[in-house]
Amino acid sequence: MDTVFKGEIHLTRYLDQQGKLLAPLPDIPELPSRLVSCYRNMVLARALDSKAIALQRTGQLGTFASMLGAEAIDVSIGQCMKPEDVLIPYYRNHACQLMRGLPIDQLLLYWGGDERGSAHPAMGQDFPNCVPIATQALHACGVATAIKIRGEKRCAVTVIGDGGTSKGDFMEALNVAGAWQLPVVFVVNNNQWAISVPRVIQCGAQTLAQKAFGAGIRGEQVDGNDAIALHQVLELALERAREGKGPSLIEAISYRLADHTTADDATRYRDNEELKAAWEREPVKRLRSYLHSEGLWDEEQEKCWQEEVNRMVQEAADAYLAIPPQPVESIFDHLYAELPERLREQREWATVKAMPGGSHHE
Amino acid sequence: MTVASKERKLTIARAMAEAIAQQMRIDQRVFVMGEDIGPLGGVFGNTRGLFDEFGAERVRDTPISETAFMGAAVGAASDGMRPIVELMFVDFFGVCFDAIYNLMAKNTYFSGGEVKVPVVLMTSTGGGYSDAGQHSQCLHGTFAHLPGMKVVAPSNAYDAKGLMTAAIRDDNPVIFMFHKALQGMGWLGTERDAIVHVPEEAYQLPIGKAAVVREGADVTIVGITSGVHHGLKAARALAERGVSAEVVDLRSLVPLDRQTVIDSVRKTGRLIVVDEDYQSYGMTGEIISSVVEQGVMLKAPPQRVAYPDIPIPFSRPMEQWALPSADKIIAAFETMENH
Ligand SMILES: Cc1ncc(C[n+]2csc(CCOP(=O)(O)OP(=O)(O)O)c2C)c(N)n1
Ligand SMILES: [Mg+2]
Repeated sequence: MDTVFKGEIHLTRYLDQQGKLLAPLPDIPELPSRLVSCYRNMVLARALDSKAIALQRTGQLGTFASMLGAEAIDVSIGQCMKPEDVLIPYYRNHACQLMRGLPIDQLLLYWGGDERGSAHPAMGQDFPNCVPIATQALHACGVATAIKIRGEKRCAVTVIGDGGTSKGDFMEALNVAGAWQLPVVFVVNNNQWAISVPRVIQCGAQTLAQKAFGAGIRGEQVDGNDAIALHQVLELALERAREGKGPSLIEAISYRLADHTTADDATRYRDNEELKAAWEREPVKRLRSYLHSEGLWDEEQEKCWQEEVNRMVQEAADAYLAIPPQPVESIFDHLYAELPERLREQREWATVKAMPGGSHHE
Repeated sequence: MTVASKERKLTIARAMAEAIAQQMRIDQRVFVMGEDIGPLGGVFGNTRGLFDEFGAERVRDTPISETAFMGAAVGAASDGMRPIVELMFVDFFGVCFDAIYNLMAKNTYFSGGEVKVPVVLMTSTGGGYSDAGQHSQCLHGTFAHLPGMKVVAPSNAYDAKGLMTAAIRDDNPVIFMFHKALQGMGWLGTERDAIVHVPEEAYQLPIGKAAVVREGADVTIVGITSGVHHGLKAARALAERGVSAEVVDLRSLVPLDRQTVIDSVRKTGRLIVVDEDYQSYGMTGEIISSVVEQGVMLKAPPQRVAYPDIPIPFSRPMEQWALPSADKIIAAFETMENH
């Protein structure tokens, strides 16, 4: 019998839980300053996260998906992408979106239930959040196809949860990416949970990265709490994609430190011991310890930056709350290039006959 | 005799779970599949307690693979099981619709009646809690339009239990749509009138039979799920003006109980149809043409109060403005009065 295929999945890790370096630093230009910038953005992400939850709890924001525990993944993607690359996010990539230029108040506007917040000019070619699970992976293949047809040196980056990798849409996206050798990078935020369903129920395979084998593309794991490791694997994968060397699947191992969303209560299905253990591995403290030990960051800087991000987030929250709502009738205006007769009638009916309107199961 | 102490008020969510549990106890062929339906008990609470009682083999938390478990439900049903599958939000039907309308709905026909596909597909519908255009649709018309499936949608817990029991025992695929705001989960809005007395023992309601939930003489208001509650509120308000409104709860979309509607409109001569689904090509048009086709004499043109033909906005004020409401039903009645 001949072995016709053999595959291995490697896990990349540079920092241990305490932030101690396990291997020589990867060869990335200006890595120390990039790591400091990465850390700053991770702290900002965390401050934004707690602000958003506080706003939700006081009725000033809609249901919010926390990014607690995913900061290193999101910020590293944000740092490794070039402005001309395209982000095709799911619904938990707020930090990455901020780094791509979305102003904080606009991000809050979206989560406050205003669709204008997901189409800011600063987002360039980036896509709005994708709600139907896994379908963004297919859109990313479309973006990558367009890039490839035009012969550009750019790439598409898309993010998905561990649960999302169970969908046929995801498998089809991997397949077409491999078949067409598209400039796309799939990042899995494997935070171990899909609402109440643990990773073990999603899939019989030992790793999610090995799904790449069936599609004939690169697959690897990375410690999603380790910003250095993330930079290393992402730099490589994105550069390969831009250079026309093919797609990659990166499974980043993290942990969802928060409830699924503010509408969820994870204590109903998740063991507190598991959560406590996960906090020992969390990404922000780990990077801070490393930066401290290298003399790249100190207590004074930490104090100043904490104050600074709190101020930034508070200002953004104030700005968000001051944005006037759209006139309600405008819901009819953004569906077709021109308002069809039928909708004009419905708009009129709603405006004239039903003001002030709605009182739904209060 | 103390009747009051026998009241067993349940939410639709609890009533659904109770119906499923009772059928699972007496019929080993019944099992449940879906996302978060196991230890969590469903994100809308309608499978609570099932995992503890029946275990992981019969109450199966699935991977996020709708195509897989919808297709598997068709396969298992054709092989003699009676699967109940949950599509968490009806809005996501798109990722598994081939299994639903090409297989579940048609396999009996394709086999000359040899193969039965007794699947219950339960799925949440409706908005009102600001969850945007991919979490808030009803899609009544979409499912009712396609031949081969029964479609039911209760407005209260009593009907929910009876229809769920009937759906599980039915040899046809049944789409069981439950409106989120009627589930009795606080954050989705609460409709007190949906929480009603539910007998403990198993019982079955006929699928395809509407109910006159309020009698009246001047106008017929026809609705389903949330539309029934808006209709009842409007009827109470109209009563204060001396207008007597009859309210019909369709309860099933397929088969559709046209006769109950026609009998009512023959009596009142006026018809308003309320639907939280998109207005065009939907339930409202179907009901109106069913009445008109029968030559029922109308005192005024029939009216519809439906969701406009636009995506459901994320913005709370916008969504509330666009949804059907008792006020809009009253406005529609005024249009008829002025006729
Ligand atoms: C097609 C589809 N099915 C179901 C849902 C409901 N849903 C929303 S989030 C979620 C869990 C996703 O888990 P995972 O992919 O691991 O991402 P995470 O939220 O953990 O980051 C589910 C089932 C959906 N949005 N789309
Ligand atoms: Mg997850």
